[in-house]
Amino acid sequence: MGAAAEPRFHVLAVDDSLVDRKLIERLLKISSYQVTTVDSGSKALEFLGSLVNDDRSSSDALPSVSPSDHQGVDVNLIITDYCMPGMTGYDLLKKVKESSSLRDIPVVIMSSENVPSRITRCLEEGAEEFILKPVRLSDVNKLRPHMMRTKKLKDQEQESQEEPERHGDEIGLPPPPCQHELETQQSQDPQTQQIQQSQQPKSGNNSNKRKAIDVEEGLSPDRTRTRYNGVATF
Amino acid sequence: MDVAQLKRQLFEYTTLLFHEGFLDEQFTQLQQLQDENNPDFVVEVVSLFFDDSERLLNELAKALDQQNTDFKKVDAHVHQLKGSSSSIGAQRVQRVCITFRNYCQDKNVEGCLKCLQQVKHEYSLVKNKLETLFTLEKQILAAGGSAPM
Repeated sequence: MGAAAEPRFHVLAVDDSLVDRKLIERLLKISSYQVTTVDSGSKALEFLGSLVNDDRSSSDALPSVSPSDHQGVDVNLIITDYCMPGMTGYDLLKKVKESSSLRDIPVVIMSSENVPSRITRCLEEGAEEFILKPVRLSDVNKLRPHMMRTKKLKDQEQESQEEPERHGDEIGLPPPPCQHELETQQSQDPQTQQIQQSQQPKSGNNSNKRKAIDVEEGLSPDRTRTRYNGVATF
Repeated sequence: MDVAQLKRQLFEYTTLLFHEGFLDEQFTQLQQLQDENNPDFVVEVVSLFFDDSERLLNELAKALDQQNTDFKKVDAHVHQLKGSSSSIGAQRVQRVCITFRNYCQDKNVEGCLKCLQQVKHEYSLVKNKLETLFTLEKQILAAGGSAPM
């Protein structure tokens, strides 16, 4: 652990691709974050659990601590790939948000596929951002506000954190599968408009998000990159 | 050849690769992540890509050689190859993968086999070109030049 005057933020990166792990690690390190990389959602949960409990006494893989005790978990952001064998990034997101000790950790989803329904579902489940791969430095630069916000929450020691229901109207439907989805690489704009209209604003301390849709400058003709941001307002 | 000439050669070669679509802007992103403290980053990532791709191409050949093609499996491998080629900027490989996935979804074995040949071809081309690029860089360093990025 560094003894620097300014402690570094610690990011847990989850991706089953060796190439992408190397890339995300470099991107995060060059941005001065401390990085831990794992190749699966289950390993991510193991790692997160090991930070809270030294020994895992319960059979439940998730750490069980009181809601106000966040001190053990020293991860400031989880960035995860969506499509992974076994536990998907969405599954991991859900587990994190369902855990009393982990739910305040911001989660960012990465995916090579621009599927609006997937993006909406992740944002509704509590993901801060959805980043299209390949990930760039400009994407990583957007992570800092999320980490700073969580640190601020921890510092303020909020007593009551009322989490509003994170389930949208589509509670019964399974999340979109990773395979056999349409590659919506062209004509993004009509679909993104739909998403903007269908999202309901949520009230609450840390979940009041305005979802702005950015279109990156300098688009190459053969593909569009649309990114969906969650911006917290106090 | 002196350093200046080697550098010019490298520049022209790299420009050509971009122009011909072998590499795209993601490769430039990788180069920008390299510095004096991490001078081998690009070579390292690309080496991982080579290893990964060769593994996937073998898996694909095996999967498409089966009596009853498991298209889900084939698609999963192509998805991985598409992802890693995209991450290093190997544009032509990535593009063949897109077509390849369409044939998977259509459960078209002929189409898949054709794409496999195509992706192997594109892969070997980009591998060759990247190795040439790295050799040029090494020559520059050996001739006393600084990191050529």
